[in-house]
Amino acid sequence: MPGMTDKAKRPETASSPAIELRGISKSFGPVQANKNISFKVARGTVHGIIGENGAGKSTLMSILYGFYKPDSGEILVNGQPLNVTDSLTAIRAGIGMVFQHFKLVQNFTVLENIILGVEDGKLLRPSLAKARGVLKQLAAEYQLNVDPDETIEELSVGHQQRVEILKALYRQADILILDEPTGVLTPAEADHLFRILEGLKAEGKTIILITHKLREIMEITDNVSVMRRGEMVASVKTSETSPEQLAELMVGRKVLLNVKKSPAKPAQPVLEVRDLQLADDEGVQRLRNVSFDIHAGEIFGIAGVSGNGQTQLLELLGGYPEKGSTITGSIRMNGQELDLTGTRSDAATRRARGIGHIPEDRQSEGLIMDFAAWENSAFGYHHAAQYNSGLFMNNNAIQQDAQEKMERFDIRPRDPHLAARNFSGGNQQKIVVAREIERNPDLLLVGQPTRGVDIGAIEFIHKRIIELRDAGKAILLVSVELDEILALSDRIAVMFDGRIMGERLPSETTTGELGLLMAGVTDTERHDASEGIPPEAKHVQELPDEQAGGAG
Amino acid sequence: MDFATIIQILDSAIRLMTPLLLACLAGLYSERSGVFDIGLEGKMLMAAFSSAAVAAVTGNPWLGLLAGIGGSMALAAIHGIASITFRGNQLIAGVAINFLASGLTILMGQRFFGLGGRTPSLTGEGRFGEITLPLADTLRNVPVLGRIYADLISGHSILVYVAFALVPLTWWVLFRTRFGLRLRAVGENPASVDTAGVSVTRLRFAAIAICGILCGLAGAYLATGLSAGFVKEMTAGRGFIALAALIFAKWRPWAALFSTFLFGLLEAIANRYPDLDMGLITVPSMFMNALPYILTVIILAGFVGRAIPPRAGGEPYVKER
Repeated sequence: MPGMTDKAKRPETASSPAIELRGISKSFGPVQANKNISFKVARGTVHGIIGENGAGKSTLMSILYGFYKPDSGEILVNGQPLNVTDSLTAIRAGIGMVFQHFKLVQNFTVLENIILGVEDGKLLRPSLAKARGVLKQLAAEYQLNVDPDETIEELSVGHQQRVEILKALYRQADILILDEPTGVLTPAEADHLFRILEGLKAEGKTIILITHKLREIMEITDNVSVMRRGEMVASVKTSETSPEQLAELMVGRKVLLNVKKSPAKPAQPVLEVRDLQLADDEGVQRLRNVSFDIHAGEIFGIAGVSGNGQTQLLELLGGYPEKGSTITGSIRMNGQELDLTGTRSDAATRRARGIGHIPEDRQSEGLIMDFAAWENSAFGYHHAAQYNSGLFMNNNAIQQDAQEKMERFDIRPRDPHLAARNFSGGNQQKIVVAREIERNPDLLLVGQPTRGVDIGAIEFIHKRIIELRDAGKAILLVSVELDEILALSDRIAVMFDGRIMGERLPSETTTGELGLLMAGVTDTERHDASEGIPPEAKHVQELPDEQAGGAG
Repeated sequence: MDFATIIQILDSAIRLMTPLLLACLAGLYSERSGVFDIGLEGKMLMAAFSSAAVAAVTGNPWLGLLAGIGGSMALAAIHGIASITFRGNQLIAGVAINFLASGLTILMGQRFFGLGGRTPSLTGEGRFGEITLPLADTLRNVPVLGRIYADLISGHSILVYVAFALVPLTWWVLFRTRFGLRLRAVGENPASVDTAGVSVTRLRFAAIAICGILCGLAGAYLATGLSAGFVKEMTAGRGFIALAALIFAKWRPWAALFSTFLFGLLEAIANRYPDLDMGLITVPSMFMNALPYILTVIILAGFVGRAIPPRAGGEPYVKER
């Protein structure tokens, strides 16, 4: 295969592992991210690294890729010690990495992104022409079709990820590291990715897959290493382990993968939504005739692939629809009409009416990342009498209150003065959950409560949501994780293209049926769709059929 | 308005836009690499002083030019060390450079020459002379085209031609070379460059060095081409106008040529018609002279459509965490 580096430079000793780490340690200030980690990755295998958020997986792989420098330890690639001082060294040694947050230049074309850093010579034209040819070859070989002349910002997330993989392959990577690759993908895209990874493995490439999803580990890996709080606690063959065992290793104790809850006792309707329509400022219809009721004492789950109107629904209910939206319909809360567009339609008024909100994106909407945990623990309710004395805020009261919440919600570290940014994802989410649940709202809006949250915290958050339900409150749960919807909800609605496609009871439905609804297949046309859903048909583009030496 | 007047105004516009164009391209390199530079003004001022001072002492404008580039590069180095190496705030570093240049040039001018901050007037050899292009005088008699060639295109200092040649050159560097690709990438997403194994620091320093050289040319032209010597604060906000022109041009070289021409033209018109008689009212000269600055305010306030700056602009590059 063509590429930049000289293949002959890489010793290929069949017996040595592709990667071996010996005693790697790394600290960021007082936080020890990696403690004396040693492990091996056999050549030609898919090796999973699993662990909770903040367990140090990404740090370890960034060290391997030369992005961070280890404090101590040794790295061996194909049995040869390698001093990985920067990414260039790693690339030359045949290591490629697909970061969780892609390292692509948004307004560059695919081709320009591919050649960046490995251009042949000072002029671009020959490099671009060559890359175009190589890309065509790689696309055919691994089903990695992307239009080379499209700019990155025009591509779907799944296609952007393909560009990252192509980047690594173009640099002749033998060892490919993928950091949480499915976090941003739809189920169909994730499936496609796994097919690609299998193809790469068949070519003899070594793949390291970082994830916190047990299902992916079981599905695709040959071996799996488990990390917990910066340490490598186990390395096992995937065939000789079970999801339960891995989960236990990850958190260091038994976890309930299934949520235990008693049957719901729904009472009077709390929220009555009728014929809700929302068109955004560009006139795109985001919500179409959305109607539903949520009763006191029940969890109403909304499933769906993200981007089908769930965000707009949550924002509208929470009192901050996107500016310039056109909204019609009606919402009644505890029997009283809510102002949808007027001066009383803001988020503060909604909160005062007893609507709590755990937003989908805790980093941009749930928290102010640079503010301390105690400040974040009161936002939105900072006018409440208990936080104020006369004209002034009562900081002592807020801090005291935050400290107590941290105890009750087991938020670690228990330091109310630490900035939100410095907590792990799970603990950040707990700060938001604590703030909203402790106000005891009549209706709690919950968006993606466990996105990017570790298993221990997931379990905890689920428990708290059910407790709130059992206290007779109404809960609207929006999640793209079907397992979560099925485990928590008392009733399930599926949204597709701004519409509610149907309502189901969790006991009377299957993931298969919900999956069809999520893809927009209604009950009536269901028998026509036996061939299944066209997987992301609109994204698949054939490469233009031109000579490889075409214009750059 | 007759043909000769139009030629004269355009000729003057070309002279006046040259320092703006050079400074604008200087800013383009720096900002495309993700380093916002409001210190263009200061670097130009420092270059104007050092070039005029050296030209006055040696009588050689080329030595002056070298000194101008040197002075500008010294300030660029300070900007780079503050905002790249130590990840300081780029805007504040730029402001500091402007103050530093403003004070330092007057102080040194007074110390060396004792003329209240001015440098001695340059005469003849000490300035960049006007270059008469081949056949200019013969072709002058050809109607229209001959006049344009002889009176508009011919007869400028070498730095004017350099400035205009830099426009296609900059375009070519940005969009046709490896360096340009990396430069644009580092201003958009430095992490993509870093993970590709290319040094962000080195690229940004290279961009800042080019910025320093071009500001040096701009300042030297002001003092030894357009005028005959340094006067205090002689840049008179041209660095900021160049910045406005850069935003107006949306960080593109060819557009920079046109936006700086617009500013040059306004200044030329103001010079030609101090009191513009519009029939009913006479526009006062103060207003005419203020025109370029008014346009700057309008552009910076965003009345000319959305200009999207390089995405990583203004942010020092820190690896995550």
